[in-house]
Amino acid sequence: MGSDNLTKLNGPKYEKMKQDRSMKSNLLVDCAIAFVSGGFICIIAQVFKDIITSGKLVDLLGTADEKSASALTVLFMVFLGALLTSLNVYDNIGKVCGAGSIVPITGFANSIVSSAMEFRSEGHILGVGAQMFICAGPVIVYGTAASVIAGLFYFLFTMG
Amino acid sequence: MAHKKGNQTYILDKDVIVRHSECIVGQKESEGPLGKYFDQKADDDFGMDTWEKGEAKFVEATYKKLLSRCDIEENLIDCILAGDLLNQCTSSACGLKESGRPFLGLYGACSTMAESLVNGSLLVDGGGMNNVVCMTSSNFCSAEKQFRFPLELGCQRAPNSQWTVTGCGAVLLSSGGNGPRITSVTPGIIRDYEISDTNNMGAAMAPAAASTIIAHLSDLERDISYYDLVMTGDLGLTGRELCRDILKMHGINAPKEIYDDCGAIIFDPEQGTCAGGSGCGCCASVLCGYLLKLMEQKQINKLLFIATGALMSAVSTKQGEPIPGIAHAVAIENI
Amino acid sequence: MDIFLKYLGVFVVGGILCAIAQILIDKTKLTSTRILVLYVVTGVFLTAIGLYDKIVEWGNCGATIPLMGFGYSLCKGVFSAIDEYGFRGIFTGGLADVATGIVMAVFFGLIASFISKPKSKNRSRNGG
Repeated sequence: MGSDNLTKLNGPKYEKMKQDRSMKSNLLVDCAIAFVSGGFICIIAQVFKDIITSGKLVDLLGTADEKSASALTVLFMVFLGALLTSLNVYDNIGKVCGAGSIVPITGFANSIVSSAMEFRSEGHILGVGAQMFICAGPVIVYGTAASVIAGLFYFLFTMG
Repeated sequence: MAHKKGNQTYILDKDVIVRHSECIVGQKESEGPLGKYFDQKADDDFGMDTWEKGEAKFVEATYKKLLSRCDIEENLIDCILAGDLLNQCTSSACGLKESGRPFLGLYGACSTMAESLVNGSLLVDGGGMNNVVCMTSSNFCSAEKQFRFPLELGCQRAPNSQWTVTGCGAVLLSSGGNGPRITSVTPGIIRDYEISDTNNMGAAMAPAAASTIIAHLSDLERDISYYDLVMTGDLGLTGRELCRDILKMHGINAPKEIYDDCGAIIFDPEQGTCAGGSGCGCCASVLCGYLLKLMEQKQINKLLFIATGALMSAVSTKQGEPIPGIAHAVAIENI
Repeated sequence: MDIFLKYLGVFVVGGILCAIAQILIDKTKLTSTRILVLYVVTGVFLTAIGLYDKIVEWGNCGATIPLMGFGYSLCKGVFSAIDEYGFRGIFTGGLADVATGIVMAVFFGLIASFISKPKSKNRSRNGG
């Protein structure tokens, strides 16, 4: 190797220096915000679900059973996340709330819709169509794969 | 012809004059601490329909502004040296395709401004060229899209991450005329200390910056106090302190008054930019908009400008490769 | 009082799941996508061993709306499809149960890509 004039520096030593100089995030504050905002988003979903199961919307939706209510709640929350994303609002929520707005299903909707909007400049087929799942794709892939594995075990046990 | 001194430094023998410089920055940069020095600002998209076209427009507009302000006939430009961060340097190429002058594209990540000055000054000194334009640009939105996440994705920025500057800076180097001179250049050596965290680029580049500063000073047998100001490119708040630590380890004391970093001063941390600015446009706009103005007003007379680059790509980071750093130094003096 | 306790459960369970993810973001170098993958897989696993049902009982939407609930739906869907259709249920049950969310997101994403543009974040102070 050629000459190295940083004679007093090496990998492990530099790693230590980097740790010392790096700015730290405020874990306590971040967690408190994530807790409150995440909890709040779940409350919104619960309110919506309770309205459906109470039967007030049965004329409109044609159903008020538990399973439909769960599905409709997810639908509503995804819609909410997608709407706020398309109005250029969700990223500002995310900046403040962190995991509080990433982990709920609204964040999943945000990752799909934001990718779709970002890649519109590359066309609707190869841009939007192909890139829509750059953030959410892994979640679906690994979630589906895990459910198949769980299903295989369940199948073997219930058969046996 | 330039002659070599020491391990990697070249002293220019002919006059290489920084005849004029111009820059255009984005909205956020114009609201930062250096806002009053930047005389032209534009939106990130520059009125175009994509970020990429917007960045090309920044390049085109800065080039035209440079030519009109320094009163030089277009066909006297012997060569344009330019680069940016986008894949295959498309912003520079698209922005300059109407220029009708010879074009050499460069890539040195965020070190491209110094890389172009190193190349440009050597070409003027010994390559028979008389007027060379050196320019680089970066754009927050197009860089986010290429290197990070969609703009509308709701995520937090890591505390040591840096904010890509939207801006373009251009310098006209000439063999005659008035202005500060480039007296020596030190092309840098790649330094890799196994930093693979893309949210701490300052740490990845700081050893390269320190290495080039040490090489430059020892090659020329100078003390750091020879310079009124030593400015690194885009190490940011974290990287600047690391660079200072490394210099200190090697016996060079670089206090606040002598040493600072373009990325650390272009934004106020209140602007939500975490560790500061980055990108080719960061040191380009600070050099062209601020530092060269200070030289013009004789507030500083000897400047050592070191642009720093993180040599990574979206693919290399996904593959877990560490991020090597590079830094090139250019000495600019009022003589 | 009952309703208060129910909503407290929603808030606390949802909040804790988000706070754990925040710790992972701050303390490790994991990107948010990796954390979401971890959450979904964990959700499937906890459902398979029967634990997540208890959390849902206690937390309601606080457990189903965070992404672990996505894993919960996937796993529940597979299990009930196996009960109903046997072997083929392993492959049909999961996505069927989460289809509402995915289809809505895809459709809305496509609409949004026609009518809405990403906005430059490089504008006002405080990064707005």
